[in-house]
Amino acid sequence: MSGSAVFVMIIGVVVIWGGLAASITNAVKKSKDQNAKESS
Amino acid sequence: MENRSQWGTRAGFILAAVGSAVGLGNIWRFPSVAYENGGGAFFIPYLFALLTAGIPILIMEFTMGHKYRGSAPLTYRKMHKKSEWIGWWGVLVAFTISTYYSVIIAWAISYSIFSINLSWGEDTESFLFNDYLQNTVDVGQTGSLVPGVFIPLIIVWLLVLGILFRGVKKGIEIANRIFIPTLLVIFLIIVIRAVTLPGAIVGLESFFAPDFSKILSPNVWVAAYGQIFFSLSIAFAIMITYSSYLPKKSDITNNAFITGFGNSSFELLAGIGVFSVLGFMATQSGVAIDDVVAGGVGLAFVVFPKIINEFPAFSELFGFLFFASLVLAGLTSLMSITETYVAGLVDKFKISRTKAVLFGGGLAAVVSFLYASQGGMAFLDAVDYFINQFGVAFVGLIEVILVAWVLRKVGEFKDHANGISDIRLGSWWTISLSIITPLVLGYMMFGLFKQNLLKEFATENGNYEGYADTFILYSGWFVAAAALIIGILISLTKWKKSEKAYADTESKEVN
Repeated sequence: MSGSAVFVMIIGVVVIWGGLAASITNAVKKSKDQNAKESS
Repeated sequence: MENRSQWGTRAGFILAAVGSAVGLGNIWRFPSVAYENGGGAFFIPYLFALLTAGIPILIMEFTMGHKYRGSAPLTYRKMHKKSEWIGWWGVLVAFTISTYYSVIIAWAISYSIFSINLSWGEDTESFLFNDYLQNTVDVGQTGSLVPGVFIPLIIVWLLVLGILFRGVKKGIEIANRIFIPTLLVIFLIIVIRAVTLPGAIVGLESFFAPDFSKILSPNVWVAAYGQIFFSLSIAFAIMITYSSYLPKKSDITNNAFITGFGNSSFELLAGIGVFSVLGFMATQSGVAIDDVVAGGVGLAFVVFPKIINEFPAFSELFGFLFFASLVLAGLTSLMSITETYVAGLVDKFKISRTKAVLFGGGLAAVVSFLYASQGGMAFLDAVDYFINQFGVAFVGLIEVILVAWVLRKVGEFKDHANGISDIRLGSWWTISLSIITPLVLGYMMFGLFKQNLLKEFATENGNYEGYADTFILYSGWFVAAAALIIGILISLTKWKKSEKAYADTESKEVN
């Protein structure tokens, strides 16, 4: 594969799959915070 | 007190929303759209469209459903008495889509059985049209019912209506909790096999190689917005209906980000898988990628079987897995599409869920038999094109103009979403909804009307797919217009419940 194709593939993967991972992580983290708050 | 159904868990809602968004379009539409519109360079307008139209509209629809707690017609009615018709319009677009979408799932069921002995043979195109669909009649004629399509179609409706009978939590949520992880595992197996095939790299190269010269073309941007728009299940009542079952304390914005990115993640995975196998096929037959690229029905039911024939090992297994993944992706979407009119009927006519499923789903099933006829394919193609372009996209345009400019609800919705969500909405959301989305969708609709009315397609007579004028009129324009007209007519009928009870629920919502 050419350099530019590899570059685009990496950017796409990082932004899209990274975006999914970040939004799930954020949701899990916030719900844990909430549970901790409610139980305290 | 209202006793509206609710999702059991947050994950259940997200899986159902992702299940709705991830459908056949992710697998067979995205890869070819991206390829034709600049390959890797397409990702720039695509991501831009996701962040300025896809996710903002998702947030808007989640907010509408959560705030007003109703099916699309009830939500629009609670928003403004005179806007109920838009809800019904969306519901009827969904009804129309469900009638042919179910048929494609039926084909995929047949094909997953055909994979067991690769019964499509060498000439996969002739097998699809002549042997399987028995498409020997002229365009516009139905011929007789094709049992090979009809029987799996009955199975599709029994499955979907059976799940909807069981309700939101026990039916739709449980089904998605099983189907979506299974779909992901199956698809990962397929993609891993695909990228390790000889020639896969050639396919990936042509998929990702950026052609930046195309990025300035307005058509590429319209294609990107179109892809985001059609693949996210937005604008035709689905996401409003699903979010109306959210509990009061629910996050909206973060859920929309997960759904939007989840849908695109699957799309990207499908793109990698599809182009890897196309690269494999091109290498095997010594031709250029350009000669093997296809999208839609042709990709899934003609090109794929051909590629599966060439697999070095376990052709039957991979064929089965591929068509099973189409079935799963399709079923989870069809459930959500059908739920829109089940919910609408329950709200408006105060009938039980069971009756709504039987009547709404039953009617859709009967209409779907048309596409299980020998001439069904041409009807399916025309209805699909017109109901998407002049149904989904048009409803979306009217929806954003109504919310942003006529009723001026953006500020109120923003406060509602911010009051319960982790991520706070700011000017990005306001600008996307009130300026960028209406402008792009307006430009897209203008182009579509122009292309269709002035007959600017690159076909012999300038019509879509070169179909005859009368055929386009009754299976295209008429169907798209009927969704709007019947929607308006239903909105003019009386609500079954007394106005007082309705006003009571409305005042509860405001508090």
